[in-house]
Amino acid sequence: MPTIRIELPFHLRTLADVDREVTLDIDPPATLGALLDALEDRHPALRGTIRDHVTQHRRPLIRFFACQQDISLISPDDLLPEAVAGGTEPFIIVGAVAGG
Amino acid sequence: MSKIRVLVGTAKGAFILSSDGKRESWEVNGPHFGGWEMYHLKGSPVDPNRIYASQTSDWFGQIIQRSDDGGQTWYQPGLPKDAPTTTPDGMPAGESNKFVYDTSDETGKPLTTHQWYDGTQHPWEFKRVWHFEPSLSDPDEVYAGVEDAALFKSSDGGVTWNELPALRDAQGSKWSPGAGGMCLHTILTNPTDPQRIYVAISAAGAFRTDDGGQSWKPINRGLKSQYIPDPEAEVGHCVHNLAFHPSRPDVLYMQKHWDVMRSDDAGDSWHEVSGNLPTDFGFPIEVHAHEPETIYVVPIKSDSEHYPPEGKLRVYRSKTGGNEWEPLTNGLPQENCYVNILRDAMAVDALDPCGVYFGTTGGEVYASADSGDHWIPIVEHLPKVLSIEVQTIP
Repeated sequence: MPTIRIELPFHLRTLADVDREVTLDIDPPATLGALLDALEDRHPALRGTIRDHVTQHRRPLIRFFACQQDISLISPDDLLPEAVAGGTEPFIIVGAVAGG
Repeated sequence: MSKIRVLVGTAKGAFILSSDGKRESWEVNGPHFGGWEMYHLKGSPVDPNRIYASQTSDWFGQIIQRSDDGGQTWYQPGLPKDAPTTTPDGMPAGESNKFVYDTSDETGKPLTTHQWYDGTQHPWEFKRVWHFEPSLSDPDEVYAGVEDAALFKSSDGGVTWNELPALRDAQGSKWSPGAGGMCLHTILTNPTDPQRIYVAISAAGAFRTDDGGQSWKPINRGLKSQYIPDPEAEVGHCVHNLAFHPSRPDVLYMQKHWDVMRSDDAGDSWHEVSGNLPTDFGFPIEVHAHEPETIYVVPIKSDSEHYPPEGKLRVYRSKTGGNEWEPLTNGLPQENCYVNILRDAMAVDALDPCGVYFGTTGGEVYASADSGDHWIPIVEHLPKVLSIEVQTIP
């Protein structure tokens, strides 16, 4: 089972009481939805902060980056990039427009 | 000797200011939740160590935080009673940010649209909690006023939240957002009749239930607002804040967008008491802890110029329940002051003489230990102050 690396923005790190990068083991297939499910299972404090509680849609000001690509618009059923699924590149969650 | 705890919500964290009953020397503790918008913190009147806090972000949504030790430690209360507060991995386990409008067939109301700034209809969307009102009898019971405007209630200390949806049935499709959003910002629970609750919404008006939230009616007769098509409409008024004295819960005071108003019949009718104020625009209104006819406002120049007239920060006090006002300036800046005082950023303590407190958008928190005659800044240079609540601890 591959270990996936996830980078969290500052506010979610403080909320979940974790370091910048967290790691998760998820069963294949390594989809976006499976990653977010596993992240929320491991860190319940993050439920509702990345995607809506009810619709499960990504919150409007959250973006997903990986492998120098913006993958915010991929479907929850889409596979993550191979480098993310294999643990060589992190899946990066960022707040859109970094200021504030 | 009694202690005073001032709970300060700011745009970048929460602060807790503590003093003994003399209110001369203050300890500043914080920031808690640094970098987050802390819209409101309020303690339970039954258990002062129980404090609810609204931690919010346009990016990451709404978090509820709760303290059971007077603000020393906090946790997200989204857990069943006695459940572990950490996961087996040692991570925070609580989740509490689930506010879902009740649209169920059994208990809910359909989610309509509401007026948008441009007059079109706009979907109802939950954004944040603006205000908590803990129960007067049960520390686990607390109301939350939210944006987009609705009233929620938790009966399990913040673990779960349920909407009181009948409020949206009070012509919700005609409500519209004020400049700060369409927020339910004021909740007053009647100490002698728990079934009677007042709320205020910007820009919708004031509403009252007499049956614990099963039904609501607009209570806006007497209000006049030039910025809506019918200035005397039943709903649509931009009410900024309501206040009452607990001994006279049928006498209500209101700071409206423009106009300071008073009702002597539980909101059934209102009359203006702006009197000799230099301007009757403003945000907060408060009542003295021991004198039900003594009220406080902070006049702001205009709806387009959110700062004190003439650059002079003046609290105005009326000892006659309105109409006759006196400026309170001793200790407050009287030149070059261009801050605002937001609607939830003023409060009183329960000591005698009564303490009065307010926070500014410039990050100062001012206190008066003598009912407003003299003021001192008890802390300066905080982020923009969004809310102030005061606890008087025996």
